[in-house]
Amino acid sequence: MIELPAPDRSVLARREEILAALRTLVPPGARGEGVIGDPIRLKPYETDGLSAYRQPPLAVVLPETTEQVAAVLRYCHANRIRIVPRGAGTSLSGGALPLEDGVVVGMMRMNRILEVDYADRLAVVQAGVTNIGITQAVAADGFFYAPDPSSQLACMIGGNVMMNSGGAHCLKYGVTANNLLGLTFVTIEGEVIRLGGGHLDAAGYDWLGLITGSEGQLGIVTEVTVRILRAAEGARAMLGAFRSNEVAGQVVDAIIASGIIPVALEFMDRPAIHACEAFANAGYPLDAEAMLIIEVEGNLEEQDFLLGQLKQICARFDPISLRVAETAEESLAIWKGRKGAFGAVGRISPDYLCMDGTIPTGELPHVLRRMGEMSEAYGLKVANIFHAGDGNLHPLIMFDANDPVSFGKAEAFGADILRLCVEVGGCLTGEHGVGVEKRDLMPVQFLPHELAQQRRIKSAFDPLWLLNPAKVFPLEGNPAFAPQAVA
Amino acid sequence: MSGVMVPEDEAGVVEVVRQAVADQAPLAVEGNGTKRGMLRPVQAARGLSTSGLRGITLYKPAEMVLAARAGTPIPEIEAALAEHGQMLIGEPPDFSALFGTSLPATLGGIVATNLTGPRRIASSGAVRDQVLGVRAVTGHAELVRSGGRVHKDVTGLDLRKLLAGSHGTLGVLTEITLKVLPRPGGALTLAVVVETLEQAVAALSAGLGSPFGVSGAAVLPDGEPALGLHGPTALLRLEDVAEFLPHRSAALRGVLAGFGSVTLLEGEASGMVWRAVRDARLLLGGAPGAEEAVWRLSVRPKAGPGVAAALRAAFPARLLLDWGGGLVWAAGPATEAAHEAVVHAAQAAGGTFTLFRAPDALRASVAVLPAEPAALAAISARVKAAMDPAGVLNPGRMRAGG
Repeated sequence: MIELPAPDRSVLARREEILAALRTLVPPGARGEGVIGDPIRLKPYETDGLSAYRQPPLAVVLPETTEQVAAVLRYCHANRIRIVPRGAGTSLSGGALPLEDGVVVGMMRMNRILEVDYADRLAVVQAGVTNIGITQAVAADGFFYAPDPSSQLACMIGGNVMMNSGGAHCLKYGVTANNLLGLTFVTIEGEVIRLGGGHLDAAGYDWLGLITGSEGQLGIVTEVTVRILRAAEGARAMLGAFRSNEVAGQVVDAIIASGIIPVALEFMDRPAIHACEAFANAGYPLDAEAMLIIEVEGNLEEQDFLLGQLKQICARFDPISLRVAETAEESLAIWKGRKGAFGAVGRISPDYLCMDGTIPTGELPHVLRRMGEMSEAYGLKVANIFHAGDGNLHPLIMFDANDPVSFGKAEAFGADILRLCVEVGGCLTGEHGVGVEKRDLMPVQFLPHELAQQRRIKSAFDPLWLLNPAKVFPLEGNPAFAPQAVA
Repeated sequence: MSGVMVPEDEAGVVEVVRQAVADQAPLAVEGNGTKRGMLRPVQAARGLSTSGLRGITLYKPAEMVLAARAGTPIPEIEAALAEHGQMLIGEPPDFSALFGTSLPATLGGIVATNLTGPRRIASSGAVRDQVLGVRAVTGHAELVRSGGRVHKDVTGLDLRKLLAGSHGTLGVLTEITLKVLPRPGGALTLAVVVETLEQAVAALSAGLGSPFGVSGAAVLPDGEPALGLHGPTALLRLEDVAEFLPHRSAALRGVLAGFGSVTLLEGEASGMVWRAVRDARLLLGGAPGAEEAVWRLSVRPKAGPGVAAALRAAFPARLLLDWGGGLVWAAGPATEAAHEAVVHAAQAAGGTFTLFRAPDALRASVAVLPAEPAALAAISARVKAAMDPAGVLNPGRMRAGG
């Protein structure tokens, strides 16, 4: 159960008038109507990747230009109408959950690649281009866009910017913020601001850095200039199976201590191994308590060299098995189960919550042990799949959404895991964002005056709190809202 | 200035700021003051130095995490990292030659100015990208934290990024946690002597667009006779596992062969040239001329040579290009006319500029940073007020009246 602010009755009463005004700002185009008001056609927009929460919006607008976005925001600002920005709707934290009295600004029609420049190693794209779409546009020339969230086939770069998305390869290549050069940003007043461009670093305040990961609280991004990188000559993976989570955690420490930074270092625990193997037949070791997928890059000789060293490190920890891919195909086979992990867990459980806390990697064994105890106490299974090199956990809590008791327990279990992450020196969210999901846990990580400071920054951009309100910041103690419960 | 306060703990910093607010007496905030000559002179009644906040508070080599109090000197941190074969990723510059100072830079100063060395072009990013967490005292005289000690944290608004590069105008950094990395096993440099700056930047782009992991890409417009490099020279650095370098060096040489004659710099020669690029010492060719101004422009790499030409046409500019050609260092006469030429060149290239160093008369009279468009300037003023409502932190440091 989450609370959303009470809808503004006067806005609900003016619905037809608002729809008509929005239709003049975003008229029908080649791709159909620019504004959706029909309740049936609003249905697909009522939720995002956190499908346990649903709320149809007042309207959806689908602008095709920055100017249209600016016109919509200017109108909504003048008329005190709340805004919920939306990319592909893949948020796992409910970042795109609509409001009853809010207009969803969907960016999917702004999906053009505007410029690719290999000499300057950048691409300028509209916010609705998918993450994989950028890489696909430059792959034939040997380049790629580095951040690779699991949803990369669907998720859009605008959403990636708003969540500062990561992925399996950010151990080497960094998160979204590392890979951005510029943004076109529309303020709630409808002003269009161009930040950065083809150059590195701001001369004044780092607005690009502040806006990245701001979850739609500060404005809407319509265009993004990203860095593109030349891909390595090749990549290959190995798989190590170990007798306990503790041992696998020690292996992670030993790898980092050796000075080798793999391009990916993924950890799966026993429930995750079993779920993925049943789904993908990837040949995962079912007798292992924990498994690591380790990927290195370089030419063949370099891969052999690094994999040889990694094998030696793993061998010091009494592995159950070690499997080094000899070919690109064998590498794909090792990744196959991991890449299908969410689908695999979805097959053995009707529903799951994917948590996203980060912990210091040294706390891994302790946290996994405590999570196991919680799993027993709540009577809910949990599978752990995560980016071990950077400590970003992804516990998948399995439950039945048709059973309110089960859902309530899953939410409480998830909250306990996140409290544990903060307790051991980590944080609530490593890459999925706070959204509505973790909003009410913010006081676990921040003191009241620290939240007040963040709220003041939000107010500096959006004094009326019209932009994606009711996300990120707890409603309690926030003068902008009078809360009301919704189902 | 009536005196510099040097608190020894965070509570002391809070107290100094609280008192400044109560007395309406602005503070000049700094670490060791090594970059006091940067941007605009601060008009403040009192000084607040973080140099009393010393020491590494957390170092976990296996987690690639180090935390230190803001006043900890960079060399002290680098020494601690070296004991475990690790390094600061951002290659923090040492501008003691540029500013004529003798003390080492502090961690707080490097983060507050977000100054990154040649490795900026790698995907590890700027210093601000390597900041995992900060503790800072705002102008509300409150200690706030943003981020922490883990590698990925997107919880809440990213005040780390806002504070990094804010030159002490939004908060006083008291402690910083950084991501660190193992030092690469080997490093070498390929120097390509070419005919023009355009060719030099094209050579850098070719190297950066290769799969061989170039981690430094600079241009010495006049070469370096001491190293036998006569004429415009492109420098490309490779850093990786030592065993990989012979192959990578040969492969990169193949990519660069069409641009000019390629010289290999190894060992200390390679290290020395990149320290000089990092510290902008090649620009000065010796001791800094106190009457000269130094600008730092950031543009698209391809625009670098055009900017260089525009500056040379306007004044006798001595230049150094880094970051693939996109970072242009320029030294020249400290005149408003020269400054105007820099402003114009940066604007024409769609980039930014910083009047990095100048005699007080010039840096107090011109805009040392590009103006923000009106809509952004309004937000900027509100954010400043949200962080420092009384305006006591480094007033006028970045912009007149701000």
